Amino acid sequence: MVDAAALEALPSLLRARGYRVVGPVERGGAIVLDELASWDDLPRGTTVELGPGAYRLRKRPDEALFGYVVGPQSAKTWLHPPAVLEFRAERSRGRVTVVAEPADPSPVALVGLRPCDLAAIRVHDHVLGDGPVADPRYRSHRGAAFLIVVDCAEPAATCFCASMGTGPSATGGFDLALNELLDEDGHRFVIEAATDAGAEVLGALATRPVPLDDEVRVEAAHERARMAMGRRLDPGRARDVLRNAVESPAWSEVGDACLGCANCTMVCPTCFCTTVEDVTDLTGDHAERWRRWDSCFTFQFSRLSSGPVRTSTAARYRHWLRHKLETWHEQFGESGCVGCGRCITWCPVGIDLTEEVARLESATPESGDVA
Amino acid sequence: MTTPELVSSGPVIPVPHRVSAIRRETRDTFTVDLRPPDGLPVESFAPGQFNMLYAFGIGEAAISISGDPGRRGFVTHTVREVGAVTTWLGRLGAGADVGVRGPFGRGWPVAEAAGRDVVLIAGGIGFAPLRSLIYELLAHRDLYGRIGLLYGARTPGDVLFRGELEEWSKSGWVDVHVSVDRATESWRGHVGVVTTLLRNLVFDPAETIAFVCGPEIMMRFAAAELLRCEVAPGAIHVALERNMQCGIGLCGHCQIGPAFVCRDGPVFSYDVVEPWLAVEEL
Repeated sequence: MVDAAALEALPSLLRARGYRVVGPVERGGAIVLDELASWDDLPRGTTVELGPGAYRLRKRPDEALFGYVVGPQSAKTWLHPPAVLEFRAERSRGRVTVVAEPADPSPVALVGLRPCDLAAIRVHDHVLGDGPVADPRYRSHRGAAFLIVVDCAEPAATCFCASMGTGPSATGGFDLALNELLDEDGHRFVIEAATDAGAEVLGALATRPVPLDDEVRVEAAHERARMAMGRRLDPGRARDVLRNAVESPAWSEVGDACLGCANCTMVCPTCFCTTVEDVTDLTGDHAERWRRWDSCFTFQFSRLSSGPVRTSTAARYRHWLRHKLETWHEQFGESGCVGCGRCITWCPVGIDLTEEVARLESATPESGDVA
Repeated sequence: MTTPELVSSGPVIPVPHRVSAIRRETRDTFTVDLRPPDGLPVESFAPGQFNMLYAFGIGEAAISISGDPGRRGFVTHTVREVGAVTTWLGRLGAGADVGVRGPFGRGWPVAEAAGRDVVLIAGGIGFAPLRSLIYELLAHRDLYGRIGLLYGARTPGDVLFRGELEEWSKSGWVDVHVSVDRATESWRGHVGVVTTLLRNLVFDPAETIAFVCGPEIMMRFAAAELLRCEVAPGAIHVALERNMQCGIGLCGHCQIGPAFVCRDGPVFSYDVVEPWLAVEEL
């Protein structure tokens, strides 16, 4: 247990250990992840109201430091960055040399991740970290990262981690876990370390034993959060629904609504697709290759010399949803969704994947279930 | 100047190769031989695998290897000019540098062909990865039964590898049949879709393995014809074309169903891909 005041030392403790400290800060009407100069940068007394296509910051009646759920960003921004220089190439007297750009070695400490964010990191570990060919940049960022999770007490209307088995409390995969308590007994955090690095930082904080009452309060908060989930999705059921719905007429309806803007894939903490951009300077002799996030919602994503494979928005939505909830299981043995609800919140027309699964289920005749 | 030791040759970093020869095959298609830098061996490859060829500062294209796997010293690609990268490549002369990443993907299951009749069906530039396979088969000709090649080109002027076609045919190693979609005055061969040539081949369907590469619609019709002849769906192998960028299953562009074509393909057994190809815009 650590008092809120004592936790203010955390950023400097982490910086002293060589980490860039990144956490939630209020910016442009949203809570984003950015460098934390001090503990005071955290959005104190702030909460968020989320819905399909809706994100609003609200004042809280208290001074809670983590009284909001996920913003548009996730650990993906730091562990699998949006733009990465892959290599530089030079051409001199007709000869080409290519020099790999080393991975950025500066380790980052991510403060205020949520249990669904940790689940997304585990998903990325399977996709980028230990696939047949791993992404060395992901591995280097991931290996150096220090992860501080905050369990969720007040899920939003778009949250469905409980049904996905990824929250509202973290069971592992963190260095430090925090549970925020704020009542007549004061502002304090139950803090737990799961790694040696976490234990070492914890040892440098002024801690005291957790009173039994507070343990009970934390458990009760988790239970209340489970009950308060705004949405639900059963990952096994969703997979089966999608397997039987490949040619469902329901796809064209969501295809008509979807703008193909790619917001959902940008905010999704597990979407990992990238493209490369080759550029030269004006002389044409110095070239660079940048790897950038890409989205299967863009028209050109599946392009061949004869044109894109998926020309309709409906086909692109289907590709995304089936990958996330169905074919991901075949590729990586789990769902590609962690129930964070970001894609619902940041969809400009409020498309809700849990509703789409339900619609597909009712629009598609069951195959193989006939009695 | 960077010393070669400092240049990473990981799967994401192109290794500059030198154009040792480039020859025009047809009006829009050329074949290029690329030699690795001094001291580096040519990466061994399986027929059906591809490399990513890097046009300096312009981009990359996934190109099948069309050369003889048994020949060392250079790697050979046959390329159709369809975009910025391939057009750039076609304008290079001997001595120019081209970045190469690869080889990537799973090639033709050559070992499964031992002791069986082999039917090869090629359409257009899809002949390129099959030429590589034919070299491999002919290197051990006695391992296989009959080998038949059906090849369809758009016009007589688009027929690739005329020298090889003649050589294989004359030697009797391969039963070669060529068709064109549109004939010109001097064409004396077959006109029509390549699948209609299947009736000219002698093969034992129960003991046949088929390798098909060409436009997707042609591969579906070819597979349908082979199935009609009672070749088993698992004995038909097709090479899919999708937008392959990273080559290692990490960028997502080439996904079809649960597969990343660059990593799990490009060669697939037809019973695996048939349900995927049956769905439009998958």
